[in-house]
Amino acid sequence: MESKKDYPLWEVFIRSNRGIDHKHAGSLRAADAEMALQNARDLYTRRSEGVSIWVVPSNQIIASDPDDKEILFDPSKDKIYRHPTFYSLPDELEHM
Amino acid sequence: MRANQNSKTLSADELKFEELLASGRKIEPRDWMPDDYRKTLIRQIGQHAHSEIIGMQPEGNWITRAPSLKRKAILMSKVQDEAGHGLYLYSAAETLEADRTDMLEKLNNGKMKYSSIFNYPTPCWADMGAIGWLVDGAAICNQVPLCRTSYGPYARAMVRICKEESFHQRQGYEIMLTLCRGSAEQKQMAQDALNRWWWPSIMMFGPRDDKSPNSELSLKWKIKLFSNDELRQKFVDIAVPQANILGLTVPDNDLSWNEETGHYTYGEPDWEEFFEVIQGNGPCNKERVSNRREAHENGQWVRDAAIAYAEKRAKISRPKTTQDPL
Amino acid sequence: MNTSPAPSKSDLFKYTLRQADNSMVLCQRLCQWAARGPDLEEDISLTNIGLDLIGQARSLYQYSASLCDQQVNEDDLAFMRDSHEWSNLLLVEQPNGDFADTIARQYLYDAWHLLFLEQLTESNDTTLAAIAAKSIKEVKYHNRHSSMWIKRLGDGTEVSHQRMQDAIAAVWPFTAEMFIPDELDQRMLEFGTGVDLKALKHTWDSQVSSLLVDATLSKPVAGEAIVGGRQGQHAEYLGDLLEEMQSLPRSMPNHQW
Ligand SMILES: [Fe+2]
Ligand SMILES: [Fe+2]
Repeated sequence: MESKKDYPLWEVFIRSNRGIDHKHAGSLRAADAEMALQNARDLYTRRSEGVSIWVVPSNQIIASDPDDKEILFDPSKDKIYRHPTFYSLPDELEHM
Repeated sequence: MRANQNSKTLSADELKFEELLASGRKIEPRDWMPDDYRKTLIRQIGQHAHSEIIGMQPEGNWITRAPSLKRKAILMSKVQDEAGHGLYLYSAAETLEADRTDMLEKLNNGKMKYSSIFNYPTPCWADMGAIGWLVDGAAICNQVPLCRTSYGPYARAMVRICKEESFHQRQGYEIMLTLCRGSAEQKQMAQDALNRWWWPSIMMFGPRDDKSPNSELSLKWKIKLFSNDELRQKFVDIAVPQANILGLTVPDNDLSWNEETGHYTYGEPDWEEFFEVIQGNGPCNKERVSNRREAHENGQWVRDAAIAYAEKRAKISRPKTTQDPL
Repeated sequence: MNTSPAPSKSDLFKYTLRQADNSMVLCQRLCQWAARGPDLEEDISLTNIGLDLIGQARSLYQYSASLCDQQVNEDDLAFMRDSHEWSNLLLVEQPNGDFADTIARQYLYDAWHLLFLEQLTESNDTTLAAIAAKSIKEVKYHNRHSSMWIKRLGDGTEVSHQRMQDAIAAVWPFTAEMFIPDELDQRMLEFGTGVDLKALKHTWDSQVSSLLVDATLSKPVAGEAIVGGRQGQHAEYLGDLLEEMQSLPRSMPNHQW
């Protein structure tokens, strides 16, 4: 046979529990989205690790360049007021 | 821009890479990395993935013959896990721009290697016990430190694998324990299996440190965190008392406890055999690779069909998005 | 007419055993695919289905064992019976063939299995109903998986289309048996314990037909039905399958493993 093609690559994201975000689990190969979802279920949730699965064609993911890190992320480093520990509050105050 | 590898002064890229390594932070896919770092990783992760995939065969052979329903179910899960491990690792290698199809082709035509341990035959049910106990046991010794390896995707794959690996060794040891508590014939089966698998397991850690050409660089780059001999010693120290509990004899006449070092002294494996097996002259090399190639070739028309179907659908409509809440 | 309110223990034993044997034999067939799948992901999927089936078989054998007059356990039932004592459907013992043959067998069985279990959840035998309720979730997935492949192979390439078509034709004569009740089925139905096999036929037919249309496959014309699995009349290849599966515990009986 002429073809030696293989399936395209898909990235898999799993939400392992209600109330938390989908987390990147890894990748797999599949011919299309339906197959990618089924394969993701079989490969990445063999121990019932998931309640929801996303699959995304790997070539559809646009990644930032690590060299741009300074431009993209450093500006927020000095916005320390965005972090809860910035605020000193009385100890009696609970649950905040 | 790539730095000139010959220049004495380190480029900004190299400095940053060294700095990340020194501080114990991970290297991630889009970071700059030396070409040899990338090549070493692709080789190591690829070989590791291939080992998981080829490693399905010696145990897969016994799934249809497991002597109880419980053992059959356990063995099925274990062999399935190994396939999963292979895929996690290919997935990590693909982040280095190594292509899985390509790597599998290199496995099929003998250009890439896999762990020699899987070139030994499994003539007896007790081999399922010995493999789980010793081979998975040795793999765990190797793999636990790799959870801290310097390349992020590899480390994360190893974390996932190690979580799944612990039941593999336990089920193997339980098989051995059951045999050893059974009839005299069963105990002999267990002893024979230990005799078959002990030395190959010892050799799983690779050549001695003074004969291991790639080790030094791997240690420097924190791809490896312990040397072959350190890991081998750790394994022997763990496995010997486990053999004693089973009431089995480790087939090494030089084995003795060294009070001073707090470690076992062990004999020298037959390295000639080791290199023979690596060269492809092990008892099952040809069978293992040809089985893999056959599965791959027999599956080609199926994969072609799935691709053709996907292409037809893509022409008809855009992929359907899920109706369920995300 | 039987007037007692519940089926006899021996009827219930035999009835449970039939379902156990179906799951067990199909599982054993899928086990033969280990490390031989058409792609690595599919290897894992086939094993997942096999694992579900062995789980079902074990629950059913354990229940059967509890109903048996002799002192037996799940392993005795799986490993110590000869081919003529097995009561699985002929469909599930059909050899793996190529991937299309495996998928044809799997899909035609999955579609029936799902309908069968849906009814069995209504059984007045609470154990059978509970096992059915648990199995249904698994078999829904099996059905989705095999349907997915029927479509891809049917409407894939010319080669795959032909293979899928041939595969469907090859196993088709064994499907009729799934809908032909024997006396035991009849008695179990009357007690409200068993499934009305005839009633499954219509839904199965229409589901299978519509999937085959989707997959650009044609439905074979109903020919001679091949039956006898439930009565222990099996082809030689069940004997071969069992010989491999049972060899070790039979060569060393009364051992723990
Ligand atoms: Fe593994
Ligand atoms: Fe393992």
